[in-house]
Amino acid sequence: MISQIFSLAFLAQTIRITVPYSLASLGGVYSERGGVVNIALEGIILNGAFCATVGTYYTGSALFGVACGIAGGLLTALIHAVVSIHIKADQIISGIAINLFAVGITKFILEILFQSSSNSPRIAGLPHIHLGFIESQPDVANLLGNPLVIVTILIVIASQFIIFKTRFGLRLRSVGENPEAAETVGIGVTLYRYYGVLISGALAGLAGAWLAFDQHSFTDGMSAGRGYIALAAMIVGKWNPLGAAAACLLFGFAESLQIQLQGGGLPTQFIQMIPYVATIIVLAGFIGKAVAPGADGIPYEKEN
Amino acid sequence: MAEKRHWLEHPATQNFLIPIFAVVLSFAVGAIFILIVGQNPFEVYSVLFSQTLGTSYGVGQLLFKTTPLIFAGLSVALCFKAGLFNIGAEGQLQIGAFMTALVGMYTVGVPAFIEIPLLVLAGMVGGGVWGFIPGYLKAKTGAHEVINTIMLNFVAAALVSFFVTNLFNVPATVHTPSIAPTGRIPRFDAVFSGFEGSPVNFSIIIALLAALFVWYYIDRTRYGYELRVVGLNSKAAEYGGISVSKNIILSMTIGGAIAGLVGTNYVMGYKYYFEEGFSTGTGFMGIAVALLGNNNPFGVILAALLFGMLEYGGLVINTMVPKELVSILQAIVIIFVISSNKIFRKILVNFLKKRTLSIND
Repeated sequence: MISQIFSLAFLAQTIRITVPYSLASLGGVYSERGGVVNIALEGIILNGAFCATVGTYYTGSALFGVACGIAGGLLTALIHAVVSIHIKADQIISGIAINLFAVGITKFILEILFQSSSNSPRIAGLPHIHLGFIESQPDVANLLGNPLVIVTILIVIASQFIIFKTRFGLRLRSVGENPEAAETVGIGVTLYRYYGVLISGALAGLAGAWLAFDQHSFTDGMSAGRGYIALAAMIVGKWNPLGAAAACLLFGFAESLQIQLQGGGLPTQFIQMIPYVATIIVLAGFIGKAVAPGADGIPYEKEN
Repeated sequence: MAEKRHWLEHPATQNFLIPIFAVVLSFAVGAIFILIVGQNPFEVYSVLFSQTLGTSYGVGQLLFKTTPLIFAGLSVALCFKAGLFNIGAEGQLQIGAFMTALVGMYTVGVPAFIEIPLLVLAGMVGGGVWGFIPGYLKAKTGAHEVINTIMLNFVAAALVSFFVTNLFNVPATVHTPSIAPTGRIPRFDAVFSGFEGSPVNFSIIIALLAALFVWYYIDRTRYGYELRVVGLNSKAAEYGGISVSKNIILSMTIGGAIAGLVGTNYVMGYKYYFEEGFSTGTGFMGIAVALLGNNNPFGVILAALLFGMLEYGGLVINTMVPKELVSILQAIVIIFVISSNKIFRKILVNFLKKRTLSIND
């Protein structure tokens, strides 16, 4: 029983679920470390998935599709950046509006391009690298050989380094923690906040591309709350890349377990609740204190 | 000497002009989307208005969509006055509507004058509890209500989903059995002629009463005054002897209770049971409604009417343009409202400055 559950297929399932969570969650870390709350992750994922699908469908190139997914994410994040950083409007409401916009615009264009408001035609998946082992389970081999899996792992490790060990990371954190102080030492608050939000757009867009390739098509609303789970993981991971990724892995594991135990054990709805309840518990301070960056969500008003 | 203010500088004028400005602007942007599809924006918009406002059936549909938006909008607006951002109306209305249905299915044989208030109360208690939780957590641990309400939305969805797939459902469906017949709120078409077939019902009266209550509570009572002081400056409130945590908990609970009234429209006035997925983002739309209505209860009613019109309007224009046009319009309205609050005021200040300068020359 145990060995059945914790098989290679289970591992593959967990990874499949964790990859998009991690990418979007890291996006959240960059954005919020720079001081901009990004509830728009959900909409960015959706637009990323849509652009990746359309890009792949019309060119037949998965690589181009990935680029389109990232570009779609960047463009969506740009709206959030302009509204939050330049116009200094409410970041939370901007995020909600963008999520709503993404649902509408993707279905709108879907209908124009493919005469369906629910799904796109099938697209090819990502090419995978032949690993030369576990040939007996081609699905697992394909997944582990998926370049995006490797890229995601690299991004997680690199992000931990970038945010805590590089000049860029220090500056990004300083504009999120204390923008006034950052400004006095000559750091461009606006510029670094743009960096943070745009990086989050690229990463969440990539998460969307993953979903599109994983499912071989775009379906309406396919982000299905993943942006919010990513946000939850970011908090549970206390705004650290490694922590966020670990939380994503935990959530992915729970979800995978739920799929495995279908029909028996706990009702699926209770497993679905795990990320959300975990976040509430962590926020309440029962497991250490989760402290957001000092100026998170507060527009920076330059003094005259 | 007091300086005379230009009429445009008056906050009331601005509060009124900005939403209108935002709505007009978003319809203009929407026109671009219509042109992309190859349709005439004027034709599409005229169909949108005439089919919703021009027929009694359309008005009935519009009002049916408006009712839940009023509740959700009021919930968000009241919390906003206390400086709290209630993104949890969606979860609160899920739990509230479910409680209404749950109590309704077990209280067969109770006369209507008890049953109806009982079910209304059940919805308020359900929503109130779901609002209390993030309020309590904010007051006691400082946990941000935005994140907690988002999380609780998902917990609520999972919880009611569990109930209506396992415990309280009609077999092979995802809805509860019907509520007691005495708990039903009559439809308009049972009383007035002309609304035939449209689901609008008298729960809209409850919505209007709720708006009146929120206005009175915030503007005319001591509690409302305290709530506003906490919202404006919590430190000053604390110095002035007003308990911030009490007000946070209270306003989130009342906000949740108001959101919990959404079930009066759907469960008591329309389907007579609770169904999984009955609300398609009403709680989130409530944020837009509160925003557009400037967190004023009467503004909320107007904004809910506009959004209700758009929600039904999507269906009437669907043969000309994809109905998602209205979601796009709604999203753009929100972005324009929050942006024009800043931009509009800046332009205005510059404009008035220049004017004064030229007059002084």
